[in-house]
Amino acid sequence: MFVEQLVNGLTIGIIYALIAVGYSLVFGILRLVNFSHGSVYAFGAHMSLVFISMEFGIIPAIAVSILLTGLLGVAIDKLSLEPLRNKGSKPIAALITTIGISYIIQNMLMILFGSETKRFPQLLNFGSVSIFGFTMGSTQIAIFLISLVLLLVLTFLIQFTKIGLAMRGVEQNPKASYLMGINVNRVITFTFFLGGVSASIAGTLVSSYYQMVFPGMGFMPGLKAFSAAVLGGIGILYGSVFGGLVVGISETMAATYLGGSYRDAIAFVILILVLLIRPNGIFGKKGIKKV
Amino acid sequence: MKIKGLENISVKKIYRFLDAYRKIIIPALILIMLALPYILNSQYMMRIVIMIGVYSILALSLGLITGYAGQTSLGHSAFYAIGAYASAIISINFGISFFITAPIAALIAAIMGLLLGLPTLRLSGTYLAITTLGFAEVIRMIALNWNSVTNGPLGISRIPRPSLFGTDLTIANNGMYYLILVLLGITTITIFFIVNSKIGRALTAIRDDETAAIMMGVKTTKYKVIAFVVGAFFAGLAGAFYAHMIRFIDPNSFTFDTSILILSIVILGGMGTIKGMFLGSLLLISFPELLRFVQEYRFVIYGLILVLMMRFRPQGLLGGQQKTDYKFPKGVVVKDAENS
Repeated sequence: MFVEQLVNGLTIGIIYALIAVGYSLVFGILRLVNFSHGSVYAFGAHMSLVFISMEFGIIPAIAVSILLTGLLGVAIDKLSLEPLRNKGSKPIAALITTIGISYIIQNMLMILFGSETKRFPQLLNFGSVSIFGFTMGSTQIAIFLISLVLLLVLTFLIQFTKIGLAMRGVEQNPKASYLMGINVNRVITFTFFLGGVSASIAGTLVSSYYQMVFPGMGFMPGLKAFSAAVLGGIGILYGSVFGGLVVGISETMAATYLGGSYRDAIAFVILILVLLIRPNGIFGKKGIKKV
Repeated sequence: MKIKGLENISVKKIYRFLDAYRKIIIPALILIMLALPYILNSQYMMRIVIMIGVYSILALSLGLITGYAGQTSLGHSAFYAIGAYASAIISINFGISFFITAPIAALIAAIMGLLLGLPTLRLSGTYLAITTLGFAEVIRMIALNWNSVTNGPLGISRIPRPSLFGTDLTIANNGMYYLILVLLGITTITIFFIVNSKIGRALTAIRDDETAAIMMGVKTTKYKVIAFVVGAFFAGLAGAFYAHMIRFIDPNSFTFDTSILILSIVILGGMGTIKGMFLGSLLLISFPELLRFVQEYRFVIYGLILVLMMRFRPQGLLGGQQKTDYKFPKGVVVKDAENS
């Protein structure tokens, strides 16, 4: 029982981690909580459903969906956030803008696809596997492995490539990076693209796990993933992964041992406690406010 | 892309006009508001007008927190819900009149505001916004799951109507309308006096530059908590009224959408104004009712309002007119002729 729940928790947790990474990347660079991330995730899942039902092969369909969702991320940045940056608006203006965008995306999905829950095909089921006497679904193992590989690829991208170096530079000091010849706006746009891609993959994985999609599906996972990102120290990649796993496991454990009704509240309780006790997260460094 | 002149589009002229004739306009507006049920003469319209009143109170209370003190709250529906549930539960279980339960409910909401405010005001900006959002979700979960008290997802029905001298106040006999008018009046006057007092000046100082405010000796935490408590109090009052008007509440009446609607009103009307809150609720509450064909696109339009306002007019429709010339205190002799 305990081990099965642990596996369930890890599966959900790694997906939260994948979403949380999207928050973390954008926050690290812009110091902005991208509220539209949850609806981008829902958008990715819907696109996957649309393209898979066109039946030109599952992998090309998902690839198209991932690309489109990434472009949606780019569009969000180019159309709404870049003008605000150029104008030098207050940070809270950008936050409210992303809330507005999430409303637009979520409700457009509702108008275009209907608000009812739609069936999503099961993509990764190869029967159940038995390891050390514990039975677990192959879907869970596949989700865990795919997410893990993606997270490793992202880490590699940020630590060892040129664009990753530019991203880290902008994160530390946008002005200095600009003076060093880095195209700051392009780096930010690329970050939004990465966020859209990871959200789309997470959305597709979750949809095939639960076998359903609906327009409002992004709200709760978005908030929980945000809690996860804050728990680990927002802006730090491995922190997000750790936070995602903690939120996922504590949520499934709470559902098993305390009853399912408070399942959704756990993430928020964790979030509020972390913000009160250690606002910079477990791995975060203490920020110094300069005048 | 930059649209020039949109910042000071003829609002100034309208303002000057309104200012010049304020002695006629304000009594006229009060008269119209008192006579409104007889002008509209339709229960359906009155229901919308009453909802505009409820949301005006909510927007005024959030306006104090977000508009004046600059603390973005994404969880204002929590206080609204607490007020509604508290008043409904007390009046059903103990059979007490609305006129006693409403202040109690508002006080409970204010205490929750204090509990939320004290620890969270160490945070600022984004973190505060997220914490208030989390708080609102936790409150909604409690309403959803605490079956013995809140009746869970089924909600509370048959909430008694407020009654005065033995007559039930309803929408049909205009009692509810005059009741919300009185509550709105109390809220407006209280907020007006707070904003124009030492507290109000401290709040705007915190909003404009928190570090500078600390340097000038403003006890920022104290004033932020005051803003939260007063805001929560009036949101609770609005919630109590709503519960006794609709006579049925459930957790779905107080979602994140409600918080965002209130925030949209504050932003559209103009942060840091009182008039803007009335204009914002008038526009945002009445338009989906009047324009039925956009009902479906309602939340898309709310989203667009948030995005476009932040881009082109972050101070809101009526905002940005608040700057008053600096006045010297009485007894200060100024030699410079220009300043006197």
